[in-house]
Amino acid sequence: MAKEKFEIPSLEDALDTPPVRKGASGHLKIHPAPPQMMEKLGFPPALVEGWQKKAVDKLGELKEKYKSLKMFMEVCVKCGSCADKCHYFLGTGDPNNMPVGRQELMRKVYRKNFTAGGALFGGFARAGDMDEAALKDWTTYFYQCSQCRRCSVFCPFGIDTAEITMAAREIMDSVGAGHKYSLEVIAKVHDVGNNLGIPKPALSSTLEFLEEDVKEATGADVKFPVDAEGAEVLMITPSADFFSSPHVDSLVGYAKVFHAAGISWTFSSYASEFANFGMFIGNYAQMKKIAERIATVARDLGVKRIIVGECGHAWRVAYGFWDTLVGPFDTLEVKRPVHVCEFTNDLIKRGALKFDKTANDGFTVTYHDSCNVARASRMGESPEGQFDIPREVLKAACNKYVEMPDSVNREKTFCCGGGGGLLTDELMELRVKGAAPKTAALKRMMDEKGVNMMAMICAICKAQFTKVLPYYDIPMEVVGGVHQLVSNAIILGDK
Amino acid sequence: MGTIDMAGKKLEVDEDGYLTNLDDWSREVAGEMAKGEGVEMTEAHWEVVDFLRQYYDEYKIAPMIRILTKEIGKKLGKEKGNTKYLYELYPGGPAKQACKIAGLPKPTGCV
Repeated sequence: MAKEKFEIPSLEDALDTPPVRKGASGHLKIHPAPPQMMEKLGFPPALVEGWQKKAVDKLGELKEKYKSLKMFMEVCVKCGSCADKCHYFLGTGDPNNMPVGRQELMRKVYRKNFTAGGALFGGFARAGDMDEAALKDWTTYFYQCSQCRRCSVFCPFGIDTAEITMAAREIMDSVGAGHKYSLEVIAKVHDVGNNLGIPKPALSSTLEFLEEDVKEATGADVKFPVDAEGAEVLMITPSADFFSSPHVDSLVGYAKVFHAAGISWTFSSYASEFANFGMFIGNYAQMKKIAERIATVARDLGVKRIIVGECGHAWRVAYGFWDTLVGPFDTLEVKRPVHVCEFTNDLIKRGALKFDKTANDGFTVTYHDSCNVARASRMGESPEGQFDIPREVLKAACNKYVEMPDSVNREKTFCCGGGGGLLTDELMELRVKGAAPKTAALKRMMDEKGVNMMAMICAICKAQFTKVLPYYDIPMEVVGGVHQLVSNAIILGDK
Repeated sequence: MGTIDMAGKKLEVDEDGYLTNLDDWSREVAGEMAKGEGVEMTEAHWEVVDFLRQYYDEYKIAPMIRILTKEIGKKLGKEKGNTKYLYELYPGGPAKQACKIAGLPKPTGCV
C-alpha cells in the first residue's frame, strides 16, 4: 500500500497488550459538522455561549433519563478487566482508549458536578470541570470508540462504554459540537431516503442494471422490484448494497433467495436505507425519524413482512428499538423485523432452497461476527441465534467452513475498526490500527487453515475491511457477504 | 472547508479536498488533482472520469461500482471490467479517489 504517514501495527503481536503510550492517538481530529448541517438536525450551529454549563446540564438530564448511564458513572471499581479489551487500545496503546480511560473522561465531569466528594475535593477525588481541555478530550476520544460493546462483555458490572459514548456525542451535539460524518449521512436520509443520497431514478436504473446482469450470468429472470404494491415482503437494506462491492453481491443473493422461494417482494425508494446513524450519535429523535420512513412504507404498501439485509447496527436498532420507536407493527403478519439470514435459513430448513455447494469450492470460508449483531441483539427464536443462524446459512452454501478462534469469535468478536460512525477518511489511521486485532486473527486463519474468504453481515464491516486489509497486504477480495456465498451456490428454479 | 489553487484559480474544496462546486471542474483541474493524489492520468483513467461525470450528470449520484466496472469492461476490454483493475487505476478506490478527480461530491455512508 502507498506511503503512509503512520505506523502500521505488526500483526505478530496485535492481540497482545501493548505498552501504554500516553496521547498516542490524541492527534486524530474529526471534521466538525458545518453550521447549516447542525441546524438542519436541530442542533446549535456552533459552540453555544456557556456551553460548559449547558453540557453539564445535559449530562444531568441524561443521567436521569437513562438510569443505566447513572449506574455506569457510579459503579466502576477500576478492576482493570476492560483495559486490554478494546481494539483501539490494542492498536494505539493510548490509555484513553482503554474502556475505563474513555469512561473516566465523562466520569470526571460527573463526579465534579453530581457527587459530594467530587464537588468538595476536585482533582483529589478524580473530578474535573467541563472545560476546553475536557471538550478536546471528548471530541477526540469519544470518536475513537466504535460502540462495539466488547469491553462490556468482560466488565463484571456490564458497564457499556457504547452507551457512554452515545451520551457524550449527544451532549456535544446539544452544545453545538458535532461530527460531520454521521450528521451528513442523517441529513441525506431525511432529504433523499438513504445514506448515500441515491435518488429514485438512480435506484431504479441500478436495479434494472442488476436484473440484466443476473440474467446475463444465470439466464434466470431474477427481479429487483422497487415500490411494487401488493408485494408480500418489504426488503430494507443498507444503501451501500446499492453502490459498493462486495455489498452488491449480497443484494443479488437476497433477490435470488426470493426468486427461488417464489415470494413476492419489493424495495422502497422512500425507505431505501436500513442503516440508522441516529444511534451512533445517541439521539432518540433522529433514530425515530429515520425508522419512521420504514414503518410508514410498510403500512402504505400493506406488506406482510419486513425483511432486513446485512447491516449490523441497523439490526440492533430494528431488533431492539423499532417496536418502541415506531411500533407496533400491527398491519404485518410477522410483527417484528426478520433478518435475511433467518429468512434464508428457515427456507433452507424447510427444503425450499437448493444449493450447488461446489460453486463455492474455491473458497475456504470463515465468519466474522459483527459487533452489533453479536453483542446487541439476537436472531430467530433461540438464544445465540445471532451466532448460529448466519453460520448455518454459510454451511448450507459452502463445503469448506472453518471457525475463528474462541477468543475473537461470537460474543468476543473484535470490531472491524470502522463501526459506530467512524467509517470516515479523517480517521483512517485509527481505523487501520483498530482493525489490527481482528486482522491478526484472520491472517492466522489464512496462514494455518487456508482461509480466503471472511464472510460477514454488516455493510460497515465490509467497507472497512476492504479498505484496511490492503494496509496489511491482505487482498480486499477476502471480504464477502453471507448472501454473496448464497448467491454463488443457490440453484434458481424456474419460478 | 477551504480553498485550493488549481488551474490558475482559487477553488473551494471540502476538508478532504473534494470540489464544493461541480462547475469548477475542468480537465485541467482533474489533471492537477490527480497529480496531487499521485495518479498519472492515462486514457483509461479518463474513461473512468468521463463515465462518472456523464452518469452523475444524469442521476445526480455516482454509479454503483458494478455499473462502472461493466462500462469500463465494455470500453477497454472484458478483462479490465473488474474492481481490481479500477483499484490499479485509482489505488484510493474508484468511489473515493476517482470521484474526487472527476469533481463529484464525496460518497457518504457505509462506503
